[in-house]
Amino acid sequence: MLDASEGYVTEDGRKIGGVVMEMKNITLRFGGVVAIKDISFDIREGEIRAIIGPNGAGKSSMLNVISGFYVPQEGEVWFRGAKRPQMRPYEVARQGIARTFQNIALFEGMSVLDNVMTGRLNYMKTNLLQQAMWMGKAEAEETANREVVEKVIDFLEIQHIRKTPVARLPYGLKKRVELARALAAEPKLLLLDEPMAGMNVEEKEDMSRFILDVNDEFGTTIALIEHDMGVVMDLSDRVVVMDYGKKIGDGTPDEVRNNQEVIDAYLGVAHD
Amino acid sequence: MFYREAGDFKVSYRDDSQTFPIKFDRYRYYVVLAVAFGVIPFLINDYWANALLLPFLIYAIAAIGLNILVGYCGQVSLGTGGFMAVGAYSCYKLMTAFPEVSMFIHVILAGGITALVGVLFGLPSLRIKGFYLAVATLAAQFFLVWLFNRVPWFYNYSASGQINAPERDVFGIIITGPNAPAWATYLFCLVFLALSALIARNLTRGTTGRTWMAIRDMDIAAEIIGVNPLKAKMSAFAVSSFFIGISGALFFALYLGAVEVGEAFGIQKSFLVLFMVIIGGLGSIFGSFAGAAFLVLLPVVLKVVGADWLGWPTDIVAHLQLVIVGALIILFLILEPHGLAQLWRVAKEKLRLWPFPY
Repeated sequence: MLDASEGYVTEDGRKIGGVVMEMKNITLRFGGVVAIKDISFDIREGEIRAIIGPNGAGKSSMLNVISGFYVPQEGEVWFRGAKRPQMRPYEVARQGIARTFQNIALFEGMSVLDNVMTGRLNYMKTNLLQQAMWMGKAEAEETANREVVEKVIDFLEIQHIRKTPVARLPYGLKKRVELARALAAEPKLLLLDEPMAGMNVEEKEDMSRFILDVNDEFGTTIALIEHDMGVVMDLSDRVVVMDYGKKIGDGTPDEVRNNQEVIDAYLGVAHD
Repeated sequence: MFYREAGDFKVSYRDDSQTFPIKFDRYRYYVVLAVAFGVIPFLINDYWANALLLPFLIYAIAAIGLNILVGYCGQVSLGTGGFMAVGAYSCYKLMTAFPEVSMFIHVILAGGITALVGVLFGLPSLRIKGFYLAVATLAAQFFLVWLFNRVPWFYNYSASGQINAPERDVFGIIITGPNAPAWATYLFCLVFLALSALIARNLTRGTTGRTWMAIRDMDIAAEIIGVNPLKAKMSAFAVSSFFIGISGALFFALYLGAVEVGEAFGIQKSFLVLFMVIIGGLGSIFGSFAGAAFLVLLPVVLKVVGADWLGWPTDIVAHLQLVIVGALIILFLILEPHGLAQLWRVAKEKLRLWPFPY
């Protein structure tokens, strides 16, 4: 296991910084069902952190706790060195945590451009009156944010569908637009809930490349949930393994892969 | 053939987000504005103003308002009539209390007061959605009409319980009361409609519009990516009620002149404006115009064709109108939920390729 000291260097030579987000003894119950039981882990600056586990293990619940959608009954969430008070999801988003969803949650009635522009909401400071006039500040703000959004659109190679209504797009592109919307917020922590679910090999390769590029170029800290073990082990720097709401493993992909408990619960053994 | 964007390149993001990105559209829009402001006032007479133009202008403002709430923000409202009554009565109280202040200010203030009332009745939308919200706004409708009927202060203790618009002028030209010339009332309403449409367009193409549409399309996801639902919904209710209040004030002061609240602003009015929005197109400013024009024109056309040309009895024509509107609502909901505006968009798409569709 890793020590708690400041940062480490990954196999491919990237420097990982201090702790960005720390979950301390999180317990989440729905009535009598315990979705998450006393789980602690941390996410460090610049790393790609994976959360894996069988279905119903509580991975998505964990992501929902991080993004403020669920409020855990016990435990503390520390973000950037301070304990986070209980806050509404949109306030969490303002702090710089963006996410994508397991079942795509795009705004179907809007164009791709408008969808990605909603990612910039936290940077929009003009008030209703200024926007009603569409002059001066409001217009300048719109243009400035549009430039950032266009960079993201360029980066994810979705220029050609900019003006298309989202409802008309195929699944794979929708996933990419959703990533674009999250990236447009220039998040300090990016949460990806099964970014590769339902994709074919080629689309998975594309998506993996985008995730690595995002991490590489912008230094974005990423936490992701994924079921494709090949992808997870290749992409991530450290992995948390959950089963029935409990943490059963935490460490580098190699450590996790050789952890007997993890093998029993999730990975299984190769039969020859 | 001439209607296409080919060769019309945008070199700045500002150009790209303008209201009419295609040159032809832009010029047509200028022509319509020029005709509306420069030609019609010289041709107008009392019949045209009262039968068609004034109701169209005023209902279009109401439809824009309701479209912001229902079409853009996805919050169903059946309280339009009640909110129009708030606009009318606050305009009346202001007109009688401050006779020397300009009508422009009265109408805008009436809109502002209605916005406050709208926010108040919009508060339940934070908790309830869809059907249930519709019922809550229905309560607002009945409560407001009851209030204006029962509290004599609102109609200045007049014996009839009606409110009558006193004669007021703008720049020395009478615009309310029986002596107002048709062109003046027309121009006054037109100015408000043009400004309302402009403001609505500016709001809907920018940040505010995107937060509204985000709430409409998926409110939970919207909140998680940073939309404050309280702010988004309340701003939609405020802006929507502001426009509806203005239209109510104009409807009372310039169009009817005398109003009995249950008759002028009853539940039928709420449905009429809602039908305009549905037939015209949810989530489209142009659709608000189209819907208002359609439902204002329909009775007139039916009367001319049915009663004057074919010689049918007038009561049959009047009932026929109800049947046709009902059938159209059902047809539009089934076949084209985005209304006339969508039909117009499809026509434009076809026109772009015409006459070589492949």
